[in-house]
Amino acid sequence: MSVQIWTFIFVFLSFSLYIGIAIWSRAKSTSEFYVAGAGVPPLANGMATAADWMSAASFISMAGLISFLGRDGTFYLMGWTGGYVLLALLLAPYLRKFGKFTVPDFIGDRYYSRSARLIAVFCAITISFVYVCGQMQGAGIVFSRFLEVDITTGVIIGMTIVFFYAVMGGMKGITYTQVAQYCVLIFAFMVPAIFISILMTGIPIPQLGFGAELTDAYGGGYLLDQLDGLSEQLGFATYTEGQRTTQDVFFITAALMFGTAGLPHVIIRFFTVPNVRDARRSAGFALIFIAILYTTAPTVAAFARTNLINTVNNAEYSAMPEWFSKWETTNLISFNDKNNDGRIQYLGDAERNELEVNQDIMVLANPEIAGLPNWVVALVAAGALAAALSTAAGLLLVISTSVAHDLLKRSFLPSITEKQELLCARCAIFVAVLVAGYVGINPPAYVAQVVAYAFGLAAASFFPAIVLGIFHKRMNKDGAIAGMLVGFIFTASYIIYFKTINPAADNAAGWWLGISPEGIGALGTLANLLVAYSVAKFTPAPPKDVQAIVESIRLPGEAVAR
Amino acid sequence: MSDSSAHAYWKSNIKIVMSLLVVWFIISFGCGILFVDALDTIRIGGFKLGFWIAQQGSIFVFVVLIFVYIHLMDKLDDRYNLESSKSESPGAESESELEDSQ
Repeated sequence: MSVQIWTFIFVFLSFSLYIGIAIWSRAKSTSEFYVAGAGVPPLANGMATAADWMSAASFISMAGLISFLGRDGTFYLMGWTGGYVLLALLLAPYLRKFGKFTVPDFIGDRYYSRSARLIAVFCAITISFVYVCGQMQGAGIVFSRFLEVDITTGVIIGMTIVFFYAVMGGMKGITYTQVAQYCVLIFAFMVPAIFISILMTGIPIPQLGFGAELTDAYGGGYLLDQLDGLSEQLGFATYTEGQRTTQDVFFITAALMFGTAGLPHVIIRFFTVPNVRDARRSAGFALIFIAILYTTAPTVAAFARTNLINTVNNAEYSAMPEWFSKWETTNLISFNDKNNDGRIQYLGDAERNELEVNQDIMVLANPEIAGLPNWVVALVAAGALAAALSTAAGLLLVISTSVAHDLLKRSFLPSITEKQELLCARCAIFVAVLVAGYVGINPPAYVAQVVAYAFGLAAASFFPAIVLGIFHKRMNKDGAIAGMLVGFIFTASYIIYFKTINPAADNAAGWWLGISPEGIGALGTLANLLVAYSVAKFTPAPPKDVQAIVESIRLPGEAVAR
Repeated sequence: MSDSSAHAYWKSNIKIVMSLLVVWFIISFGCGILFVDALDTIRIGGFKLGFWIAQQGSIFVFVVLIFVYIHLMDKLDDRYNLESSKSESPGAESESELEDSQ
């Protein structure tokens, strides 16, 4: 059977499963809609969190990015996993004990202020919206490349599916679809990785194949030594050595870690478990499920890179396998025969290099490059869609709860009934899906880039406000508001300056302290902490009842309020 | 729970969190970024040590850290008899023990 038929089968089966789950888990109350009635077992929540977290970027782009960045790619790997340690130790248990529905709920109550709540709503909606557009775009690309429908149709199919289960099931529907989506995406990521590891090293565990010797057919010697040798020979940077400055890698890693711990769609997942112990446990399970993919990704990166170089370099263009021309039509790979010798020169020197390779191809075409069976190739499409849709659904829910719960119920229309609130939440998802779909079909050039900056913004706004709210009893509304504003505005301005106003200066020499816009969120976090702490020192202490809330969230036990 | 035991519980909690975060920092930012070149001079099989910690080892350590945290906090909760942090708390029985243990 052809790749396309296999792809149809896998996509159809996985989508039927998601719709089936949506029908089975309809939400009837706001509590079910917002936090799945706080009845999700920790293991299921761990899987749901992992799927929620691992987006189209993790699944499609990350391994490819690493294979071009070499050791510098480390900041994605450590940044996007190390943040879970912060989440588990500093946020999840206390926020669960607090026991409300949303992140702005915590900020608004802890800082006894409508302004603080509204700033938090603004940050949550901005961050989630920027992020969701990238997911819709990812889904559209997968549809168009694997099923050969156009991007518009692809995005509409994706929107319809997400809309269906998010509107009907709310958090309850999303949670159980995410569990299914995790299984689909991890299977789709691991099967090709295991196949390739066996093929190239004879070892079925990719994590070990990473440090193993290649089989004779692939030239023998340790994989990483081979790759270093090939890279040097062709004029690329040595794979296992870094190119970026240490302080830049340091700051980017920190920004991604703090951002991970501050992303509202990840934090709200911990409101869905029954109690504090389960919140801690589900953070642990989530990281295990994430680590399976994240420890495989650098392996896939190294295998794919070696394979690509061996297949294309100095080979006859006319003798290229079928996948080459197929991906050429999508412009993910392009060949320009500069010296007219009919052979592909893939070199580090831009003048003589004849091959341009997009990073996404390293995952999407990897099974084809390695010559794996058609059904394995087709699996990748279903996995990428699961990754994109599960993250999109989680983000849409944050947008909908922010509007229905934080803006209407808690700020402007406190008199609405639960039924009306639920209706508003569903309408908000509907509108958010439409807007996200529109942006997915007509992507502004900067969307993909901006997704990475959502982390910096989350890091510089939410993370310090929440941590100080738990660990610093004296922290008051003045400090928190000043900190969030300074952190958010500083980080956003730095990014906007280098990306739109003065892109010419966007290089190591132009950056402040040598920190790239990707890493500036770490400095924003620090600025937020310092400003918040100093302002709080010179302004009145929070009221007694707020201090009592802080006391109570520090102790596990019955939830404070529900 | 009395104020003083709540205070003691919180102090132990902070101690656990801080010591785990020190390990977290040393492994990720220390071994994975700051001292990665020095560690790269050590080779284990096909890996340079610094490179391996940066791309794989640190992630395993993160997982272990969270599970150590879960274990230590469970023990701490039990010591202070915070039964209600578990699902389906046994109820009245644990309430009375709570006073005894202090």
